Amino acid sequence: MEIEYELLEHYYRQMLLIRRFEEKCVEMYSHEKIRGFLHLYIGEEAIAVGVMDAVGPEDNILATYREHGHAIARGILPKTIMAEMFGKAEGCCLGRGGSMHLFDAATRFYGGSAIVAAGLPLAVGMALADKMMKRGRVTVCFFGDGAVAEGEFHESLNLAALWQLPILFVCENNRYGMGTALELSQSEPNLAQKALSYRITASQVDGMDVLEVAKAAKHAVLQIKEVGGPVFLECLAYRFRGHSMFDAELYRNKAEVEEWKKKDPLLALQSKLESESSWTNTKKDEIEKEVAAIIDEAVAYAEQGTLEPLEDLEKFVYSSGADQ
Amino acid sequence: MSEIITYREALRVAMSEAMQKDERVFLMGEDVGRYGGSFAVSMGLLEQFGSERIIDTPLSESAFTGAGIGAALNGMRPIVEIMTVNFSLLALDQIMNNAATILHMSGGQFHVPLVIRMATGGGKQLGAQHSHSLEGWYAHIPGLKVLTPATVQDAYDMVGLALADPDPVLIFENSLLYNAKGALERQAEPLKIGKALVHREGKDLSIFTYGISLFKSLEAAEILSKEGIGAEVIDLRSLRPLDDETMIRSVRKTHRVLIVDEGWKSGSISAEIMARINEQAFYELDAPMMRVCSAEVPFPYAHHLEQAALPQPEKIVAAAKKLMEGI
Repeated sequence: MEIEYELLEHYYRQMLLIRRFEEKCVEMYSHEKIRGFLHLYIGEEAIAVGVMDAVGPEDNILATYREHGHAIARGILPKTIMAEMFGKAEGCCLGRGGSMHLFDAATRFYGGSAIVAAGLPLAVGMALADKMMKRGRVTVCFFGDGAVAEGEFHESLNLAALWQLPILFVCENNRYGMGTALELSQSEPNLAQKALSYRITASQVDGMDVLEVAKAAKHAVLQIKEVGGPVFLECLAYRFRGHSMFDAELYRNKAEVEEWKKKDPLLALQSKLESESSWTNTKKDEIEKEVAAIIDEAVAYAEQGTLEPLEDLEKFVYSSGADQ
Repeated sequence: MSEIITYREALRVAMSEAMQKDERVFLMGEDVGRYGGSFAVSMGLLEQFGSERIIDTPLSESAFTGAGIGAALNGMRPIVEIMTVNFSLLALDQIMNNAATILHMSGGQFHVPLVIRMATGGGKQLGAQHSHSLEGWYAHIPGLKVLTPATVQDAYDMVGLALADPDPVLIFENSLLYNAKGALERQAEPLKIGKALVHREGKDLSIFTYGISLFKSLEAAEILSKEGIGAEVIDLRSLRPLDDETMIRSVRKTHRVLIVDEGWKSGSISAEIMARINEQAFYELDAPMMRVCSAEVPFPYAHHLEQAALPQPEKIVAAAKKLMEGI
């Protein structure tokens, strides 16, 4: 059972890193080091961490504007993410993208899209390319419950099923599209049902339980690689913070939030670890310190980062760098 | 060796040659395969390349255009065909928010070498949802290149130029040109993207135009020449980037400017051209610049109304004469 313990500890370490990283982001936002929109993933960390454990470095990842957790779980260095949010040239996109548009070629992380559902058609094309070239890769596409109301969701699921493309659709159902509850958006709130209607293998999984997510994702990836065609996972979760930093949360009551916080994925994993003999309070403190060191380094790196020169403003509009 | 073929055949030959040369190139769109293309451009390509590379899509403009972007990001060289520019508005989110932005948002990490072809223009009594010329709109967007082949040679060359480009390129094909015949020199070195072409030299006024309006302008220039007016006719070929250099050179020569554009006037590419000339060569002008554009109406169905809405050689002649008044 030693391996299983190590895996639990790995998940814990990653989820804690994401949690503490985003808590630091809030602090940096209040210090006006980070500006623009900042969408926090706090409460949903188990999904990104569980799914990323199921894929390899050759696979493609597409995420949304709430993607700090996915970027960290995928292995993008926290310091380059923090620098990106500080708008610095040392950021993973040179400060051109910001919180909502994290990209990284080295880890095949294709953003960071802030148009709800607009990543799904891209996933279709990426998977189509892999299928045509017989590369055996999987494309993982994360999106929220809000995306399900968009036409692009339905067009893309249809194409993925019609062409039997290697896509893992991960629907992060946190119950609200900004401030509108799922029940006020969907005639059929069971979102996996919609995928089933496109003849896509689909299931609901507890998105607050990293082990459940990882198990379902590994099973899905295996099916995609061995049988072919897409798989749809609806991860049932909850976002503990507002939609963005500007959200007064008028649309939900505190009792509901508190109820969900009892299912905090990080605390749930911690109680699982506590039943393991290798887990001690000393170990827990060590991990907390390691994570704090990574985040301190990230902030220092971002603080010391440089600004892109103004002369470079119009770079990256065209590959040649020239427009008229 | 030049050959005489149609504009439609030139596009088809160019795509076929590109697909033979490069396994990354494929064509995707509504009815491009079994139907042969809604304007028969891709007729026969399915038989030649099979259904894996000539992909019939459902009516999902946004998803298959986005899929083109995704495939381009993942190493392919897709050609997406959208039936008409009016339908491309269903894919505008993907074109604007993804194709045009990903290179920039990613800090230069990801290129989108995607080619999107679509039919544009009126004149076939197809009414107000199939007839507009919105290429000027697309030219508003940094990150895109907008090509408007008028000639058979350009129809052929621009497919190759667009596929060789690392960034998203939109090709607007005026649907009345598909049957037009012209000379094609396959071995000729193509004129680069962003270069305008002087089709007819003239000393009295410059006509800047593109697409099917090139031929209307050339017809008008012929009429004008009989009346002793020398019109220089320049095919812009590309609306983004615009070839300011060639335009300004012509302005310095003729000192009079007429723009012929099948798009509407308000907030248009013709307005942009006038603005650039004002910025760069205002004191070269001997008269206020003029435009012949489409009437500011959604295109009507009735033949006489539609023809009245479009730029026509006689309108170009009349505008040119007005421009020459006072000499």
